[in-house]
Amino acid sequence: MSNQRPAAAADSTTALRMRGAAVEVGGEVLWRDVDLSVEAGQFVAILGANGAGKSTLVKAVLGLVQLASGEVEVLGSPAGQANRDIGYLPQRRTFDSSVRVRGVDVVRLGLDGDRWGFTLPWGKNAKRAREIVRQVIDVVGASSYAQRPIGQISGGEQQRLLIAQALVRKPKMLILDEPLDSLDLPNQSAIAALIKRVCQEQGVTVLMVAHDVNPILPYLDQVVYLAGGAVMCGTPAEVITSEKLTTLYKSPVEVLRASDGRLVVVGEPEAPAHHGDRHAHVHGSHA
Amino acid sequence: MTVMLAGAASSPWSWNLIDDVRDMWSYPFMVNAFRAGSIVAVVAGVVGWFMVLRKQTFAGHTLAISAFPGAAAATLLGVSATAGYFAFAVAAAIVVSVAARPGTRFSEESAVIGTVQAFALACGYLFVSLYKGFLNSVTAPLFGSSFAITNDQVVTLGLVAVATFAVLAVIGRPLFFASVDSDVAAARGVQVRLHNAVFLVVLGAAAAEASQIAGALLVFSLLVMPAATAQLVSAKPAVSLGLTVVLALLVTWAGLVLAYYALYPLGFCISSFAFGLYLLARAGRRVA
Repeated sequence: MSNQRPAAAADSTTALRMRGAAVEVGGEVLWRDVDLSVEAGQFVAILGANGAGKSTLVKAVLGLVQLASGEVEVLGSPAGQANRDIGYLPQRRTFDSSVRVRGVDVVRLGLDGDRWGFTLPWGKNAKRAREIVRQVIDVVGASSYAQRPIGQISGGEQQRLLIAQALVRKPKMLILDEPLDSLDLPNQSAIAALIKRVCQEQGVTVLMVAHDVNPILPYLDQVVYLAGGAVMCGTPAEVITSEKLTTLYKSPVEVLRASDGRLVVVGEPEAPAHHGDRHAHVHGSHA
Repeated sequence: MTVMLAGAASSPWSWNLIDDVRDMWSYPFMVNAFRAGSIVAVVAGVVGWFMVLRKQTFAGHTLAISAFPGAAAATLLGVSATAGYFAFAVAAAIVVSVAARPGTRFSEESAVIGTVQAFALACGYLFVSLYKGFLNSVTAPLFGSSFAITNDQVVTLGLVAVATFAVLAVIGRPLFFASVDSDVAAARGVQVRLHNAVFLVVLGAAAAEASQIAGALLVFSLLVMPAATAQLVSAKPAVSLGLTVVLALLVTWAGLVLAYYALYPLGFCISSFAFGLYLLARAGRRVA
């Protein structure tokens, strides 16, 4: 880790710390020697080719995947023990048109869906919960379609409601797995700006898996770049350069900067797929 | 039972509902049919609502089919049919929940469930052939026999209903979460697999209950159709759940009345009303 940021002191401003972390999938090392420190309120992108283990990294942070070695500390606790304070938006989650549940109901589940018992539609608690849900839906700008069945609204609209669901318990950390995937370009920049606004206004630490860095590039404090089982962390300007990525990939990679500031990574090798092949993709390009 | 029924309706349908009901309820077997039918309708409605939401209708069908070998085995062994229904449906629920864990691909899951269903049916035919009894002992578990419900059976159905609602009252909210949004529910600490297993056992119990009224083949009329209809009408969980129960009760009562006066099989009557309501709901949505 030649470009490791100096590890922050162990105080309350450190939202996430990983030390010598490694994960194995089916007996093979997916990535190892991950040292990472994220301060509270930072907006961090996790980048890398398909199959590099980005989703597995956030699952390790959530304690859903066990480490083969090393340790993860999230919001001052071992991974998995602070999940009450984490809002999680898993990868590629769309509701098909047969799901006859409203957007508000899905957001409401984020508030208390894990508690035993059943929800009464009336009473003082129901009223208070409705108000909390209404406010968070307002924050993400989804009020006009939150009462409709979630399977019948567009992907971008669903994504806003799912972000509201992740936010409804006022988490200290948001973990978003490719939230911009499958959205059109205007929606990508709108959602990216929304996440940045939430990150700033509510002081939430954001960990976001992305395979295109460009929509979020202006907002990022740090990037975590996974490739070939290794990892590199730092500011986007430090990490996303031809030299650094060539070192990381151990093969020639070129980073081009377009006149509008967008980055295009050329020659990025595909990682061996661990999670089933997805569509071929050139990082950062828009065909 | 049909023979006995033919002599039972002492006066024909009169459109005077109070007189009609008084006439029907002058027979203890009709009173028990209404009691049992109402209990089953409420249980099947609520459990079916979750089943439709979770897209587990195939699993529900399999658990209902398991009632057939259950009843046949009970006849063969000379124990109560009710015990046979519940034992086999709950056993099938446990097998399905262990073999087809959520998260496996849908095709695998449906293959496992289909295998269980085929084997359950095969067992049923084996038990029937071993018994060598009257053919009637096959038609009852397949098509229902609600006009022969005893007081003891009503009590049993009531106890199962209470147990079912007690379980759902505890796991209702996390089960709803796991049904709509299992990934996030798992991240929030909901035991998605455990909830699936517990729900399948509850579904097995409900299917066994409903089988006694509507028969193993037509149990869907009570498990699926009211829930599917209500979820078409409203996307509000509280409204569609309440509507499911109301519709299940209505089709059961209407089915009992039609079966009593017109002497058609009860399962057919209930299914026809439920199917009609479902068609109406679909047509209404197309118009709206």
